[in-house]
This record gives sequence, C-alpha cells and structure tokens, in this order.
Amino acid sequence: MDAPPNPWFSWQYLERNWGEVVDALVIHIELTLLAVTIAVAISLPLAILARRIPRLSGPIMGFTGVLYTIPSFALFALLAPYTGIGRTTVLIGLVMYALLILVRNIVVGLEGVDPDVVDAAKGLGYSPTKLLFSVELPNALPSMIAGLRLATVSTVALVTVGVVVGYGGLGQLMFRGLQSDYRAQIATSALLCLALALILDVVLLAAGRLAMPWNRQQGKRGSRAARKSARAQLESAS
Amino acid sequence: MSTIEDAWSYLTTAQNWTGANGITTPTFDGGWTWANDSIIALGIEHMLMSIAAVTIAAILALPLGVYLGHVRKGGTATVIVSNVSRAMPTLALLTLFAASAIGFGNKAVIIAAAIFAFPPILTNSFTGMADVDPDVRDAARGIGMTRFQIATRVELPLAVPLIAAGLRTSSVQTVATVPLAALVAGGGLGVIINTGIATQRYGQVLAGGIIVALVALTTDAVLGRLQRRVTPPQLRAAAAAAKASA
Repeated sequence: MDAPPNPWFSWQYLERNWGEVVDALVIHIELTLLAVTIAVAISLPLAILARRIPRLSGPIMGFTGVLYTIPSFALFALLAPYTGIGRTTVLIGLVMYALLILVRNIVVGLEGVDPDVVDAAKGLGYSPTKLLFSVELPNALPSMIAGLRLATVSTVALVTVGVVVGYGGLGQLMFRGLQSDYRAQIATSALLCLALALILDVVLLAAGRLAMPWNRQQGKRGSRAARKSARAQLESAS
Repeated sequence: MSTIEDAWSYLTTAQNWTGANGITTPTFDGGWTWANDSIIALGIEHMLMSIAAVTIAAILALPLGVYLGHVRKGGTATVIVSNVSRAMPTLALLTLFAASAIGFGNKAVIIAAAIFAFPPILTNSFTGMADVDPDVRDAARGIGMTRFQIATRVELPLAVPLIAAGLRTSSVQTVATVPLAALVAGGGLGVIINTGIATQRYGQVLAGGIIVALVALTTDAVLGRLQRRVTPPQLRAAAAAAKASA
C-alpha cells in the first residue's frame, strides 16, 4: 500500500483550517507586539539610568547579559511553576529577552553621541531633561531602531518556544503538525513566522527612516540591503 | 514554596543523577542509549550533541568565512545569512527536519543546531579577516609575502580574537538550543524539563531549568576565558569594542 500523500504545502489545508491558522497568527502578533512594547517601556528608563549613573551601568549590563545567556527553554521552565502554563509565562520570558537587546542598543547609542554635540547643547544652556530628549535620544535613534528591529525579529522567532508551556502562537501549529506528522501544517506556520518577522522588520525600517529624515542617505543604502535580505529570506523559505 | 523544595529534593536525590538502572539503557537491537532518567547521562548527551553541532558548523563556516574575508567578497551574503537565521524560529527548523526524511531524534536536532551555529562563526571569521588594517596587508605585500602567506601569517593571526568570539557565541547558542530536542523526541537536558511539564512535576521543571541555565552560563564563562587566552593583550581592547558593537 502506498503511503498517503504528505505534501509540504497544501492549499486544501489552508482553506479548511483558515480560522485556526488566523487565530494562531493573531496570538503570535499580539504576543510579539505586547512583549516588544513592554520591553521598550522598561528598557528606555533602564538604559538612561545606566548612562546617567555610570556606577549602575556595570550591574545593569552584567545582569542583562546573564539573563540573555539563559536558554529560553530553561527560562520558561523557571517561570512556569510560578506564573503557570500559558500566556503570562510566555509574555514575561519574551519581555526579558527583548529587554536585553534593547537596553544594550540604547546604551550603545547614547554612548555614541558625539561629546562635542552634547557640549555645545550644554553651552547653549540646555537643561539635562531637554538635553536628553532633544539631543541625546534623537542622536541615539539609529542604534535604538537597530535594536528594536533585532528585538522584534528575535521575539517573533522566540514566541514559538512558548510551546513548552502550551502558548506558542504559530509554534503551537508547528508542534501539532509534528505530532500528527502533517508536513503542510509545519511548513505553513514556519513560512508565516518568517513572513511576519520580515514584515515587522520592514515596517520598523520604514518607521525609522520617517523618524530620521537627516539619515536618509544612509537609510537608502540600508533599505536596499534589507530588501535584498527580504528576497533571500523568501527564496530560502519557499 | 513547595516547588522550590521539590526542585531541591529532585536535585539532591542521587538516583536522579545516576538513573534508576545506571546511565545507559540497552536498546532493542542490542546497542545502548543514554538513560532518560539520569541527569549525568542527559548532560553527557547534551554536551556530545552540542559538540557535534558546533564541529559541523565550524568545519563548514570557518574555511568559508576565512576565505571570503581574505578575498573581501560576499560581505552582503554573510549579513543576509545571519539575518535570515535570526528570523527563522529554531522550532520551525526542528519540526521541519523531524517531519522530513531525517526523522525524529538527535540527528534532526544536531543538524538544526549546526545550521544556527553556522552564521556567528561565518560572520566573525569574515569580519576578522576582512577588517585587518590595509596598511598591515600592504606592508606584508611590500616585504614580498605571497597571497597565501599574507592570509596565513598576517590576517589569520590578527583575526583569531574575532574567530574565537564567533565560536564562543555559537557554542553558547548551541548549548541553549539543544534543550529543544526534547520536543522532537531527542535527548539532552531538555528532557528533564519536558518530562516534568508532561507529568506536572514542577519541582523537576524548575530543577531542569536551573541545570540548563547553569550549563549555558558555565559554557559562556569557560569559553570566555579561553577566548581571552587566545587574544593577545594588544588586541583585547579591539576585540571588546567589536563585541560591543555586534
């Protein structure tokens, strides 16, 4: 007897399970956006603190570095006994990982601000707050956007590990496809993950270009590279 | 905090380390595998899988990165490779391999982990070779070195700190990826966590998480020390700067 067909892609699967796939995708997007938003809200003050009080910079960077080294699988396992199985655990884990990338990039961005520019602003009588918001942060923006893109793309990929605690968005579909040996389900969810990462990356890139009109020339080069990598991603995935 | 007590008692029970019937289990075909109920056995299996994955990745990525860096071509390609690997969920690759002809188990995990270990080694050896000061390269050519001599005696020694950093990054990442093997019926330390969740023994889950985290942190610390040792003192500041910007 021939084995039943087990294609890597099937429109029929997509048609019949459209609702389920969309549900998983929506959960995936929600988790990603929520985690990145919370991470931004926490990392910005942390990074500014690390920059303002150099004594705190070592501990903050060291702590985030250690957290980042802990494997996601282990982190979910450490959290699960306390926060339970499901959404909260995944969300906390995701925020923690995104946090580290963001803090690092914001601090690097703030450190990279030309001291002469800061000096000039001080000479013009800028208060520390005004200095931060109208000189330092805008100058650190390229590095911050780079961190945001990196954090978002990694978060999209990381959501799938949430399967461990039963809340992995598209990872859930992947895992079920594996358990029932249904290739189309695995491949579809994997493709959707890649596409989601790609779309969010491009959106952030565009947002960054809009926010940094003074960086257009550089941005143009960056976007062409990004488009190239986007095409490569699609090609390698299909 | 009964979970912590459970985790403690799991970690302090000798049988959980040595396994109920030793650290190996006979298989039906007369061979043996690592026992699934022994932390020691799973730890050894974890390390062997990680070493296999990093070795495969290094054998492929090191010569390629060193060569491309030497001729200074393919920089965009290496960036694309590392970007795509970031967007690709590990679980996706694992499940894809497990469902393909490769099949369930450790082989799929090692191949997937090797693929994710590949980009850091490639980009770092590329950058290390390509970023060698052009004046140094010029000087080497000026004293009559051949291209091969320049590559092996000038560029490669200067690239060693970055290459070591790449190997460290990919090794730590691999040690952190291998636990996912438990999801596709593979071995390694992830099994402790997965079994714990499946049987709702959260003390065991916590203990497994602690073990995996400690293994990753230890790997990072040990390799960090090795990396420092192979970095000449004069190059340490440069290596640190490169790491901060990466």
